[in-house]
Formats: sequence, C-alpha cells, structure tokens
Amino acid sequence: MYRYDTIDRTLVNERVEQYRDQLTRHLAGELSEDEFRPLRLQNGLYIQRHAPMLRVAIPYGLLSAKQLRMLAHIARKYDRGFGHFTTRQNIQYNWPKLEDSADILADLASVEMHAIQTSGNCVRNITSDEFAGIAPDEIVDPRPLSEILRQWSTFHPEFAFLPRKFKIAVNGAAEDRAATAFHDIGIYVLRNFEGELGVRVLVGGGMGRTPIIGHVIRDFLPWKHVLTYIEAILRVYNRHGRRDNMYKARIKILVKALGPEEFTRQVEEEWVHVKDGPGTLTREELDRVTAYFPAPEYETLADVDAGHEQHLAENAAFARWVGRSVRPHRIAGYRSVVLSLKKTGVPPGDATAEQMEAVADWSERFGFGEIRVSHEQNLILSDVRVSDLHTLWLEAKTAGLATPNIGLITDIIACPGGDFCSLANAKSIPIAEAIQRRFDDLDYIHDIGELNINISGCMNSCGHHHAGHIGILGVDKDGEEWYQVSIGGADGSSAGHGRSAIGKVIGPSFKAEAMPDVISTLVDTFVELRDEGERFIDVVDRLGQAPFKARVYASRQEKEVLDA
Amino acid sequence: MPEIIRKGAVVQDDWQVVRPEAGQGVNDLPPGHVIVPLGLWLANTEALIARGNVAVWLAGTDDPALVAPWLERLPLVAVDFPKFTDGRGYSVAYLLRSRFGWRGELRAIGDVLPDQVFYMQRVGFDAFAVRSDRSVATALRALKTFSDAYQGSWDNPVPAFRREPRPWPESLGQDSLKARQQA
Repeated sequence: MYRYDTIDRTLVNERVEQYRDQLTRHLAGELSEDEFRPLRLQNGLYIQRHAPMLRVAIPYGLLSAKQLRMLAHIARKYDRGFGHFTTRQNIQYNWPKLEDSADILADLASVEMHAIQTSGNCVRNITSDEFAGIAPDEIVDPRPLSEILRQWSTFHPEFAFLPRKFKIAVNGAAEDRAATAFHDIGIYVLRNFEGELGVRVLVGGGMGRTPIIGHVIRDFLPWKHVLTYIEAILRVYNRHGRRDNMYKARIKILVKALGPEEFTRQVEEEWVHVKDGPGTLTREELDRVTAYFPAPEYETLADVDAGHEQHLAENAAFARWVGRSVRPHRIAGYRSVVLSLKKTGVPPGDATAEQMEAVADWSERFGFGEIRVSHEQNLILSDVRVSDLHTLWLEAKTAGLATPNIGLITDIIACPGGDFCSLANAKSIPIAEAIQRRFDDLDYIHDIGELNINISGCMNSCGHHHAGHIGILGVDKDGEEWYQVSIGGADGSSAGHGRSAIGKVIGPSFKAEAMPDVISTLVDTFVELRDEGERFIDVVDRLGQAPFKARVYASRQEKEVLDA
Repeated sequence: MPEIIRKGAVVQDDWQVVRPEAGQGVNDLPPGHVIVPLGLWLANTEALIARGNVAVWLAGTDDPALVAPWLERLPLVAVDFPKFTDGRGYSVAYLLRSRFGWRGELRAIGDVLPDQVFYMQRVGFDAFAVRSDRSVATALRALKTFSDAYQGSWDNPVPAFRREPRPWPESLGQDSLKARQQA
C-alpha cells in the first residue's frame, strides 16, 4: 500500500503544526468560532451534540494493521473505546476533547494518516472499491489513480473554499462498488477498444436534498489528462457554483441549471487552456505510484482445500457465514472476508478498540497485514487462505464480527443519526436495531436474500438512503421524529444489477414505533409476489411501487401516518 | 498609514479601496491613490486614466477577461474577498496571472485573514491587505506554513511529480521499486 515519502511526511507534519497553532489561537480567544470553524472542519473536527467529533480519512478505504492499531489506540486514549466507520470510508470518533485534537492528529501522522479535508467545502477523502486489487472482475486497479488524486487534492490552493463539499469516487471493476454515480465526480477507470488506459468521467451525481445520478461528460479520457480535466471541472464550479443558498450549492445544481451539455462545453473550454500543461500526468508518475500497490507474495495454492470442504459439509453455521462473508479472489486458494459490523444491538459501523486490534492481528496472521473499509460500513480482510477460513471464523465469532448477514436485510447502512449528530432530524441507530430485532430468524433473512436497507437521520444522506433498496429518511415534523420510506434505490453494485437508481418515496411518513411493521409488510409483500430467484429489488423493478404501497398503507391506521 | 504585506514584507501603503454606493461616480472619488471596482473603471475608463493614481479591484463574480485589455495601464490589480469562505477570488487571481498574463502587484482585499494567505500566495497574490483587526505579523508567518506542495499553481506550476524524482521510502528498499516497475 502507499507509504509516505519525504514530501508526504513533511506536509502532514506541517499541517499538524498549522492546526496546533490555530487551535491555540482559538483557545486564547484570538480566532473567533466563525473563523476557526472552516479551519477545524478541514481537519475533520465537527462540534456535535455531545462533544467534538473527529472524522479521520481512510484514503480509498485501505488500512495497514499498524494503522488500524493506531485507530484502536486513539479510540481508547481519547475517546470511549470505539469508533464509527462511515459510508465514505472514514472513521469517526464521537467523544474526543477539542483540546486533544492536535495531539490526535499528531498520533495519526505517526502512522501516515490524517484527517485532512474530511469535512468543509473542499475536495473530500477519495473513495473507491474496497476489493481493489483482489477482485476477479477488476479491469484496472483504481488505487494508484486514487492516491494520485489524494495528493492532487490535498491542500489544493484554489479549491479549498468551494461553494460546497466535493466528493470524488473511483471504480475500476466491472461491478461498481463505490456508488460512483452518486458523487460530485465519479470516475470509472477502464480500457478502450484499443486497450488504452483511460477514464469515464461523471459529474453532478449526489444524494442529499436533490438526489441525482451523475452525467457522463467524457466517455473516455486518456489517463494522462485526468488531473487537468478535473482541474477544469473544479474551476468552472468554483467560479459559477451558487454561493447564495447552501442547499443549492453542490455542483449537481450547477450542472442541472446549465444543462449537462452547456456545463460540459464550459469545462471543455476551460480545459483547452490547461490540457497538456504541467499538470498532465506522466508515465513515470503513474508507474511510481502503481509500484506502491504490488500484489503481495502469494503462495501457489490449490483453490480447493479439503479441510475447508469438510468444515463446510459438517458445519451449517460456518457454511452460512462463508456464503455471505467470503468473497472470490483473483488468486487461487485465497478469498477476501467481510467482517460484519452489523451485529444486532451494535450501532451499524461501530467497532470497539478490542475488535480493531483483533482485526489487525488477523490481517497479519491470515493475510499480509492489510484491511479494507467498505462504504457499506464493514471491514474486509483482503487475502485469507481458504484453509484458514474456519479458524478465522471461530475467532471472528468470539469477537462479535462474524454475523452471517452481509448483503442481507440486517446489514443495514446507517449514519450516527440523532443520538450523536447535531445535523440530524431523527435517530437512525434505534431504527436499525428495531429492524434487526424484528428480523432475528437467520433462516428467514437468508430466504429473503439480498436486500439493502439504508437509513439517514437527515437530508444530508450520510446513510445513503436514496440508494437503498429500502431507504429510510428521518424527518422532523413539529418537533417529532418521523420516517419517510422509499423503495427501488440502487447503488450501482450487482445487488441492483449494476444500476444506479434513486429510490422513490412510497407515501406519508411513519412514527419510529411503526417502522419494524412497515419493513415487515414490505418484505411480506415481496415474499408473496416474488418469482423463483427474484430479490426484493427485482420485484420492485418488475411491479413498481403500487403493490408495496397498497399493502403498507392499507394495513395502517390514518393517525399513525403523517401527511408528508 | 495602514500596513500591508507586499512581496513577503510588511510595508506602509496608501492605496485606498473605494466601494462606491449607488449613485456615486468618478467625481465622488477621494483624493490620492484609489482602487476602484471594475464596473466603475469600465464605465469611466478615459476619465480615470486622466485622473491617474487609479487601480482596479475585481469581485469574485467578475470575469477577469474584462480587465485584460487594460492591464498595461494599471499600477495594481486587487481581488476582493467579501467573506473569507468565498473562494471565487482564488480562481480569479489564478486566471489573471496564468491566463491574462498580469505580472504587476496582485492584492487580496476584503476579508483577508492570516489563515488564508498561504493559499492566496500560491494562486498568485503577492500583496495582502490583512483585515485591520487581524495581526499582519501572524499573516506574514503564515506565508511559510508549508514548505512543499503536491500540485502546481501560479507560484510553481510544476507539480511535485515533475519537479524531481520522489525518493522511494527507504523502508521499502530500492530493489523492490525496480522489481515492481519491471513486473
């Protein structure tokens, strides 16, 4: 994985000192809260409901064992012993002290990590496919370009005060595992018919108040132009994006207002001036960064292991876990393993310091010391020998990380919601837990099959509710928490047949107590209507909302439903 | 006389930024060196050239192409930051320098705070009228916040990857780099 050289180390250390000075001036009253806010945000620090919240970047979701141990150490030393992995491949700490924040950043810097630009109106953490480099369906490894973009966007002097936040995702596999079309810029790394390396560029996707699927503005851009083309996009946005209304300030609103054709024309006009300039990527640079992501020294193994086969045959619980958590690998005899952070009763995406340390240990014992974080808020061990799967399962079970629910109804994506976040209109975690408790029969949830439930506590959509097969959005009505339900969303992954789609709201909102029943009704409707092999999303696609809507609202009293 | 930062030093400066109210025109300008908004300049160019001691400031919404024909006649150009979080001025400055060839003084005016001058300097500003209630000394120090940069901008258009070979981290070993690049 990427390692810091002199420049990286110098910049991150200088950033810590810059922030320490700003914090000191703020605490001394020399820097007002209004002036300090954008500075701390660009270092990942929010002021939340209970305390500051620190969001640490995990660039493109890749961690070493040493880094994960540091995240555990920070959870224990500065927080309450746990952290929350997010849909943007970051980790958040909910209880750090403002006074400690510079020390935490220094600790992160010691393991080549940072919280730079994890918030604020700037280019955020670059996200990518959590199976990069190991997935059998990979076309081009997205990690080198992701790292090149990380460096390009870090402290970009012209684009640190954009109209609004700016999110870039990179995917290089046949399956889109990065929700790429939902980003301000989405990049698909690919090869054209001549075999040349390039990217497809999407602009103006996003969730939030105005969910939009990104528009393709370049079907194939040769790889060396990626940085200058993105520079042109950002310059057009920085100059012309709206700044009078924060709800209309994202690039998607500009693209919509101008129309994708006119927006593209402006980008191309700007690009003429920077194309082939010094920002053009070089082969040497691509090779240099690519060299940081070598395949580990895999052993030559048979893909089938007799011991493993025997465990599968003899142990139904193990087989069930393998069926959900173990993923194919491009090297024979190896698999990647998804460790579920979705155990019932634990807030989705949360891991304790002890769990993080256990995962770090397994990554070394059963792999090459590498861990991935997914936008579905789970952790992944990237290179596990088939023969080690059973041992890993036994230990993961003990650690509470082997819930066999990956991709199923209880593998719920959820933001921290009203329990922690000061932006939230409603709680997310208790809704997730109530649904998980309702669906407590493993046989039944496996029978239901793939079903993504995504919950956001407010319109900011950190829980990606627009992309959920079932999406749940917390809304505030006269000081009460209500939940709006949508169906038919899809994040671009194979769970939705590769489509990216925005879920449609089924009707008036529900109270929290009603939510398990609402979800049960949706699932019952699906089970009755499904054909052989169909998943929930397939039935919604085939029959539309009507049968689901009819069942959900027919069985509910008027007073339980709020006219939205 | 107010102090500003110019070319990395604190200097006295008597340029006065004029923000005319509705109905005010060329005849309402105060005596001395004045920096007038682009609109006033474009509407009264001849009169202002005749007056002398006039410079122009651009808002973030102004198209820098409009000032380009006049650059040879101007002693300095300023870009206004109505609020420090309004980042349009960074692109306006970068375009004035890189696209329209402005080589004279480029001054940041308005809500100019010490914590933003580093980025401002990178996109092409060489003078900073730091907000009067903020420390010019702190801003001067802040110009040296970072000793390097990944990406090119006006101060150095060449990104790190083109400047010099970036050393491979010693912990990974030189051999492995070669082996990996050959692989």
